[in-house]
Amino acid sequence: MATDFSTRAKPLRSRGGEGDGVLLEVKGLKKHFPITEGVLIQRTFATVKAVDGVSFSIRRGETLGLVGESGCGKTTTGRCILQLERPTEGEVIFGGTNLATLDQKELRSWRRRMQVIFQDPYSSLNPRMKIGDIIEEPMYVHGLAQGGRERRERVRELLTVCGLGARMGDRFPHEMSGGQRQRVGIARALAMRPEFIVCDEPVSALDVSIQAQIINLLEDLRQQYGLTYLFIAHDLSVVRHLCHRVAVMYLGRIVEMADCDELYENPRHPYTRALLSAVPVPDPEVEHRRKLEVVRGEVPSPINPPSGCVFHPRCPLAVESCMSDIPALREIGPRHWVACTEV
Amino acid sequence: MAQLLRIEDLQTHFFTSGGVVKAVNGISYDVEEGETVAIVGESGCGKSVSALSILRLIPDPPGRIVGGSIQFNGMNLLSLSDEEIRKVRGHQIGMIFQEPMTSLNPILTIGLQLTETMEVHLGLKRADAQKRAAEYLRMVGIPEPERRLQQYPHHLSGGMRQRVMIAMALCCEPKLIIADEPTTALDVTIQAQILELMKDLTKRMGVALIVITHNLGVVARYADRVNVMYAGKIIERGPARAIYSRPSHPYTLGLLRSVPRLDHPRRERLDPIEGQPPDLSRQIAGCSFQPRCRFAFDRCAEYPPLEPVESGHLAACWKKDELLRLSARAS
Repeated sequence: MATDFSTRAKPLRSRGGEGDGVLLEVKGLKKHFPITEGVLIQRTFATVKAVDGVSFSIRRGETLGLVGESGCGKTTTGRCILQLERPTEGEVIFGGTNLATLDQKELRSWRRRMQVIFQDPYSSLNPRMKIGDIIEEPMYVHGLAQGGRERRERVRELLTVCGLGARMGDRFPHEMSGGQRQRVGIARALAMRPEFIVCDEPVSALDVSIQAQIINLLEDLRQQYGLTYLFIAHDLSVVRHLCHRVAVMYLGRIVEMADCDELYENPRHPYTRALLSAVPVPDPEVEHRRKLEVVRGEVPSPINPPSGCVFHPRCPLAVESCMSDIPALREIGPRHWVACTEV
Repeated sequence: MAQLLRIEDLQTHFFTSGGVVKAVNGISYDVEEGETVAIVGESGCGKSVSALSILRLIPDPPGRIVGGSIQFNGMNLLSLSDEEIRKVRGHQIGMIFQEPMTSLNPILTIGLQLTETMEVHLGLKRADAQKRAAEYLRMVGIPEPERRLQQYPHHLSGGMRQRVMIAMALCCEPKLIIADEPTTALDVTIQAQILELMKDLTKRMGVALIVITHNLGVVARYADRVNVMYAGKIIERGPARAIYSRPSHPYTLGLLRSVPRLDHPRRERLDPIEGQPPDLSRQIAGCSFQPRCRFAFDRCAEYPPLEPVESGHLAACWKKDELLRLSARAS
């Protein structure tokens, strides 16, 4: 509901010394992966520019959606924020500290404050550990509870909060369905009492009827614990449901960013428009009336991206200058940013 | 239009150490010439197994078609010899699989894989087959087809490989193509390209299409008729418009209500189907959706037959008439 959304989107009261409620700020983030050849003497002959200059900020209690197709760099962006990949360039300022300059030891205390929920609930849980132990282990590692009894009490509480029932702790991952496993992944992330969670495609491996359960759970938890999410996904209708603001990525860059309702009602970048048009609506009446704007071509290789605007070879609006000039993000309306010169 | 395929009470079971899994448990449907029929359902509901059964591609052991009949073009596919069914596969019935990465042979060129089909089924000479292969690649929108014929699958992107699969399915001019989740592995913009291509080509060539998918949006856009499967059975069938505007089975209704839609205003909460999908090795008495159903009552202990609620629209639920009125009023 659009009216209610504005009240939900308001940032929570800021903490001292951390700016106006901004929890995370990413500035000029770049991550380049070298491609090498040779066995003893390695020579770099190309670089994959997975993330190439991405900037955004997330306020406390806000959910920012990061959408784009496979290979656009959305997952790498998430991993760079968590410092699972060290950025090639740029800053990741979390709670007032630039994480990109910290060493592994200094990072440990920060890692507790940010967690991740992975896409594949089948490969992100250790098949030889019981569910209870999977959730308990990070608390043990970080010394978060006084003794085993308190930890196990907390495990039961987390299982209940995530809708699994306390007795599930004795099961193994293979005894559970995909949706239940994803609930375990969420409980494990919550065990650290984090402030910020990167949700990397948390529902795309799940069945349609189960997706809605997990989406509702994530939303309830955000409100209950005042969590902040970076929600990475390719499913635009799911992102619209959960996020306050949305950033659209294409080949390592953000091409459009706006408040959720604004982006979906008034998409400006030709790529965003193409993405939205490509999603079929589950209603034959609507579909038969709707004209499809099919975008031609495929996503180019990030090893050798097109010059100028990376979208120009597929763009219906492209003019000559698009081939040489890289368009900067500019604000075309309140909090609505677009990287295109032709809109 | 004439009937092309008629499946009657098909049962495909898997005999595993953990018990018999009744993946397909007595389904019947038909496909008319040139129409697009969708089979919708979630993972493990038996939709892929039902399609593989048509071409008798079920690995035996552990799987076996234990009952039913499949009439295609005047033949019962289940009584054909192995030799005879091989002549049907890829010739009169084409197949497009979900994973374009794994369904092409990685060590053979695209050209060889395309021409082999035509040499075997149509008896074409190598040179003629080559020429025809290039034509079909051009038709599915692959630039420089002559050069592509010399290349290997790893040279192509996922979308391109799926185009090759479509060319391969079409090149022997089949009457029916079975597409098992043809775009699930692809990105949205590529998905739209591939689906539009398939719709255009099948319409132009008069090929009937069975699309197996879990994506309700894809079904809405492309299917003429829809079969909804749950736990090895068809629980609702009808023209696409009827199914979407007047769902008469609680599962279909739940599925349609649980997905967020881009054309509707945002809702505060989604309305999920509670509970977990059923375990097919443990058969429960009566309706298999009953444990998750908010309309369940005493009578659900007995399995409801798939019966008409309105002309051409069938549902397997004791409360189907009530649900039809309910959803017709809501829409």
